[in-house]
Amino acid sequence: MNLDFSPEDIAFREEVRTFIEENYPEDIKGKHREELTKEQFLSWHQILGKKGWSVPSWPTQYGGTGWTPTQKYIWSEENARADTIMPLPFAVSMVGPVIYTFGSQEHKDKFLPGIVDGTTWWCQGFSEPGAGSDLAGLKTTAVRDGDEWVINGQKTWTTLGQHADWGFFLCRTNPDVKKQEGISFILVKMDTPGVEVRPIIMTDGGHEVNEVWLTDVRVPVDNLVGEENKGWTYAKFLLAHERTGIAGVARSKRGIERLREIASTEYDNGKPLIENPDFAEKISKLEIDLTALEFTELRGLAAVAAGKPPGPESSLLKIKGTEVQQRLTELTIEAVGNYAAPYFRGFPEEGGNRFPIGPDYAHHALPEYLNMRKTSIYGGSNEIQRNIIAKAVLGL
Amino acid sequence: MDFSFTEEQNMIRDSLSRLIKDQYDWETRNKVLASESGWRPEMWAQFAELGILMAPFSEEDGGLGGNAVDVMVVMEEFGKGLVVEPYVPSVVLGGGFLKHAGSTAQKENFLAPMMGGEVVLAFAYAEPTSRFNLNDVTTTARANGSNYVLNGQKSVVLGAPWATHLIVSARTSGDRFDDNGISLFIVPKDAAGISTRDYPTMDGYRASEVYFENVEVSGDDMIGAEGSALPLIEKVCDEGIAAISAEACGAMEIANADTLDYARQRKQFNVPIASFQVLQHRMVDMFIEHQQSMSMTYQVTLRLEEDEATRKKAASAAKVQIGNSGRFIGQAATQIHGGMGVTDELRLGHYFKRLTLIDTQFGNVDYHLRRYANIAEGVVKAAAE
Repeated sequence: MNLDFSPEDIAFREEVRTFIEENYPEDIKGKHREELTKEQFLSWHQILGKKGWSVPSWPTQYGGTGWTPTQKYIWSEENARADTIMPLPFAVSMVGPVIYTFGSQEHKDKFLPGIVDGTTWWCQGFSEPGAGSDLAGLKTTAVRDGDEWVINGQKTWTTLGQHADWGFFLCRTNPDVKKQEGISFILVKMDTPGVEVRPIIMTDGGHEVNEVWLTDVRVPVDNLVGEENKGWTYAKFLLAHERTGIAGVARSKRGIERLREIASTEYDNGKPLIENPDFAEKISKLEIDLTALEFTELRGLAAVAAGKPPGPESSLLKIKGTEVQQRLTELTIEAVGNYAAPYFRGFPEEGGNRFPIGPDYAHHALPEYLNMRKTSIYGGSNEIQRNIIAKAVLGL
Repeated sequence: MDFSFTEEQNMIRDSLSRLIKDQYDWETRNKVLASESGWRPEMWAQFAELGILMAPFSEEDGGLGGNAVDVMVVMEEFGKGLVVEPYVPSVVLGGGFLKHAGSTAQKENFLAPMMGGEVVLAFAYAEPTSRFNLNDVTTTARANGSNYVLNGQKSVVLGAPWATHLIVSARTSGDRFDDNGISLFIVPKDAAGISTRDYPTMDGYRASEVYFENVEVSGDDMIGAEGSALPLIEKVCDEGIAAISAEACGAMEIANADTLDYARQRKQFNVPIASFQVLQHRMVDMFIEHQQSMSMTYQVTLRLEEDEATRKKAASAAKVQIGNSGRFIGQAATQIHGGMGVTDELRLGHYFKRLTLIDTQFGNVDYHLRRYANIAEGVVKAAAE
């Protein structure tokens, strides 16, 4: 047992760091997600696709890198260090693994290359107004009509659906059986007639999520992934995949560094805020929680590397990871103080590079805090994660 | 990065677990704790035979060539069985001092017989007013020719009633809080001028108040250089923290398992109380706290040989985690056990008591959160300058 990096790992870190330094696009450096165009969003993904690094965790035959757990750890650390905007999870971590695991050869040929090279934007059509934590209670229907599925219903919380080329939708294909057993996993091209994407503006003022209305949307029967009525199995598989990266350890580490920088810049009683022992201890407590999370993730990676399947313990990573992320944004507001208040949606204006008032780090503090409330709600709320652990780990 | 155990470590775990199961059952344990001596020297001899007393020492020193991971394996099993024999005082602390700083003669005279079980050590460092501060030493060691004369009082010296020798921190120079001027001595417990008041502790151990009145020790019995023992004491106490973190994890595992069993069996409103979501989520949180504590135990164990700041942060982080998790699990387990949880009859309460006192051993959550913050902030400052 040891924490040493092998000479190969050290060389790998050097290689990754240099690649990021030399290739990360100038025009998105330091930008906030909110400020990016669709093309800018995809640009780093596309560069990674060319390099062969866009889908590290996939099997190598589909474009995976075959990296060891330690290399993946280094990869995420280096990306966090450089504040890169990583490929969105919907294609890379969600629909991609479902397609290569359960899809037909045609599906693999048609869809995987666009995910690997970052040319297809995917969105997720799972949640509905009446189906949140009770996802299996979804009502959107897909009815077979000749060679087509006819889809009707409404999806919601569709992240960045406004940019999507394709969506993966859970639809009810059999209303007469147990609710989990009548759901199918269907791919829909987002410009199909009858698909309408409507924005939802959130508390942070941003347009990150959407409603997707589906009215008599006709898609080929071949767009069904895997077997009819087995969609719930694929959804559960996908959500387990979603959870493994959700701890966000490397990003939170970088976030704590940034928080310390802010607390060293802000003043409290004539001295840097970081010298206020109460605040310093709050940061330390958060960093300790993050250290525990990091080692829990490393233990999990080691278990997987030793051939054990990722267990329901990954729910633990989701719970603790999101708690840390939320706490980080909370402490950032505390650190920022008065300048958390000014509201500058739309700034800096085109061509400008400075916010009109207060320190630059202050402007995203409150929107980030508000935005991050989503993390304990999405991907199976933290209460649902506790239900999963109770059932699958404690046997209750 | 590697999180696997060696074959030897797996073997230690298996045989120790079997030994504790066979010979450390709850009834026997309680009988021993209630006896006058409060421990079983013959158990200690069996531990010696099993090799765990020599496990973390180099082959050069006569050990098995293991390291802190071996200690972690041992202490987790000790925590599961609530074993009271003095592994931390004698092997981790006493052996630690001798391993790091003992002279050849000291290793020969004390470390080798300690590994064999004939010499039993205890570390006398805390004082009635020192709380958790390792530099707050008022016990004095006055030079007298090539000898030193010890005067002072040490408090709650765990394992002292069972010890043959004490390792004592004492001031050879400087004022009460000075980092410099602290020295370490190894003295036979029956040396003239040492008197003790022995007592049981709430969690089943034995400890002593130790009084030194003009105790004459030879300069040869000083461990390490005169006046510069503090960094060594800090290092060895951090190793102690790693050890009791593992012990706490073992105790948490049993507290959680007992709670789960009890909640499954106990019926109220005609259903097992385990069917209530509010209790399920609390038991999930107990599971999470145990997992995070395991992670922190790995973390500190694997960082003990890093640079001083990294090691101290690692130990303090672990201690904060263990303290908070131990309190949460102990309290929640007691709550879910209802009235039974506060009886002496169930073993749960004894795990709760041990978890509670682990928080005060080597400094509690507040102390270590402050120590962590001071180091982290110092690093930030240094980077800025």
